[in-house]
Amino acid sequence: MTTSLADVGSSGATLRAFLHGLPGVDRVGADQRAAMLGTRSIKTTAKAHAIDLAISMVDLTTLEGADTAGKVRAMCAKAVRPGGDAPSVAAVCVYPDLVAVAADELRGTGVKVASVATGFPSGRTSLEVKVSDTALAVAAGADEIDMVIDRGAFLSGDYLKVYEQIVAVKAACGAAHLKVILETGELSTYDNVRRASWLAMLAGADFIKTSTGKVSPAATPPVTLIMLEAVRDFRDATGRQVGVKPAGGIRTTKDAIKNLVLVNESAGDDWLTPEWFRLGASSLLNDLLMQRQKLATGRYAGPDYFTLD
Amino acid sequence: MFEYAPAPESRDVVDLSPSYGLFINGEFVDGSGPSFKTVNPATEETLAEIATASSDDVDRAVQAARKAFGVWSALPGAERAKYLFRIARIIQERARELAVLESLDNGKPIRESRDVDLPLVAAHFFYYAGWADKLEHAGFGTKPLGVAGQVIPWNFPLLMLAWKIAPALACGNTVVLKPAETTPLTALLFADICRQADLPPGVVNIVTGAGETGAAVVAHPDVDKVAFTGSTEVGRIIARSVAGTGKKLTLELGGKAANIVFDDAAIDQAVEGVVNGIFFNQGHVCCAGSRLLVQESVQEELLAALKRRLGTLRLGDPLDKNTDIGAINSAEQLAKIRRLSDLGEAEGAERWSPACELPAKGFWFPPTLFTGVAQSHSIAREEIFGPVLSVLTFRTPAEAVEKANNTPYGLSAGVWTEKGSRILWMADRLRAGVVWANTFNKFDPASPFGGYKESGYGREGGRHGLGAYLDV
Repeated sequence: MTTSLADVGSSGATLRAFLHGLPGVDRVGADQRAAMLGTRSIKTTAKAHAIDLAISMVDLTTLEGADTAGKVRAMCAKAVRPGGDAPSVAAVCVYPDLVAVAADELRGTGVKVASVATGFPSGRTSLEVKVSDTALAVAAGADEIDMVIDRGAFLSGDYLKVYEQIVAVKAACGAAHLKVILETGELSTYDNVRRASWLAMLAGADFIKTSTGKVSPAATPPVTLIMLEAVRDFRDATGRQVGVKPAGGIRTTKDAIKNLVLVNESAGDDWLTPEWFRLGASSLLNDLLMQRQKLATGRYAGPDYFTLD
Repeated sequence: MFEYAPAPESRDVVDLSPSYGLFINGEFVDGSGPSFKTVNPATEETLAEIATASSDDVDRAVQAARKAFGVWSALPGAERAKYLFRIARIIQERARELAVLESLDNGKPIRESRDVDLPLVAAHFFYYAGWADKLEHAGFGTKPLGVAGQVIPWNFPLLMLAWKIAPALACGNTVVLKPAETTPLTALLFADICRQADLPPGVVNIVTGAGETGAAVVAHPDVDKVAFTGSTEVGRIIARSVAGTGKKLTLELGGKAANIVFDDAAIDQAVEGVVNGIFFNQGHVCCAGSRLLVQESVQEELLAALKRRLGTLRLGDPLDKNTDIGAINSAEQLAKIRRLSDLGEAEGAERWSPACELPAKGFWFPPTLFTGVAQSHSIAREEIFGPVLSVLTFRTPAEAVEKANNTPYGLSAGVWTEKGSRILWMADRLRAGVVWANTFNKFDPASPFGGYKESGYGREGGRHGLGAYLDV
């Protein structure tokens, strides 16, 4: 990283000057570009490739108050062997108290354990709690931490507070990868999405993630596109590659493929692996499996031929 | 690597005849001139034989239009509107067929004919249908002119037809329209739509042929109004031919538009706008943003982003749904683009194209940009009408205005900045018929369109467009 970028986080003023100096995002133009990429027609061999790639990028998620160890174990089984000869998903994503269960189930399978942390989904708690929430999840076996930013601080212009919290959580992660959830539905403007993306990357995020899934709108195509442009520009500026994870509202194979097209035609090839691009979803996996089978056999099987976990 | 498999739109929706006649007085009739072939520019395959209308045929068409004018102009506006609404709806119903045919004959990507041309064509008929019974509120009177002779270009064959026919008919005129010789097919399919809509015979007549046919339409003594869209060169000839005859004339001619990017622009969207400005429809757009004026302080950044973006453009089969850049419309146009691009290099500008494989058959030109272009270079002055962008720089807003206006043309301009007051300041000073702010090549039937200086005169579209077809 160049010295000037390394110094950006040294004070609220430098951070603000940098983030407000980023080029703006024109909403009409961004929406139009995302809509145009949404018309790409992905068929036959390209579709088969895209479906398997999408499956391997899924962060299979359950984030409910009603989650239990039994539910998480069942989901882990599905994550490892989604069905037929389909590849395993990238990770399962659970609440911190269920990390140990998932870690037990997934040991040696190559499927990662991701845990939301830092007072998910609102993030309305003290830094001390956020840091210990993170540390405990990592201690319980989480490979990846999905933290939420303090949107209140961001919207009130206290970028330094958000920055310092991310730095602190990153430190608590140790070897675990840090995904920073921007909750773009609450940031509201595309300019904010770009600024929050850079803020998170400057503070050390390994991934930037759109949403918690608890707020609508969640991962809309233009928002994902803007974040992909941000990671592309960040790598150009610093040499460091950061991943992107759209999450929330991606339910169909069509949605998933549109996301892959966005990656392909913005950030590019280097991001088209589970290491650098993830799809946070729960119901998506079964639709991918259904379309996968349809493509292989020419027929749709009924919903009872795909497991509900 | 995520390669997209071919995703071709089916040709089967189009029912091509081996040959087509002229559409006169509601009937398809033979032409007395020698027939000619229209080809698919992407493959050079012959699509159909097309009749040539001689001056006698044109005379028959004008007579039919004259006869129909009595009936058509006497209809209450609300009745004329019914026909136009009906035509608009049939266009929507047959949109897929029309889009495929347009791409076959013109070479433009199906994504554009499907998502841009056809929706705009239908919208134009809907829009002017709405005016037909409200002419007294438009401020140009309600008296139609009579027979309109209309000559249209090959870049947006059906859309230019809509721009010409919809307002003419709404105002109570009848028309004789000559489509371009390289793209007559959708106009002939439109003739079929007129029959399907039960439009009274003679209200719309389509005569095909080359320049001579067009000249006969323009020169016909019983034509009351001439409307032409095409090159400035032909526009001059038409203006001369019409001078002193009392015919009303509107001309929509060439352009060399400046797309002006300031250092505070939303850069990713500006790049998209520049790409859309010059590579939309292979640059076969009279209002194309063929001169990029970029503020020197962001030149490097913008050019790097632009080149990266050009690398993702997909050139190839126009019927493939993922194609961004289709074929050049004709061998003749391709030769012109090559000549001017070679001249650009010879005069000292630096040429760049992304790695891009061109199909072996057909007429193709890679997306190209020239850097180090000066105002004095031919590629900064002459309209290339192809996928070729000339990049120039400026230092201050005043210099941007000066360079943008320093052209014989004045059809359109684009301004890219996040500063609202600067947009208004620029728009006040740019001598161009359309000024787009933070967008480019956006069309709407409610918005007037037309040029300054050598880009022509008269306005098409919107309320203003009615003025060209009424006896003001």
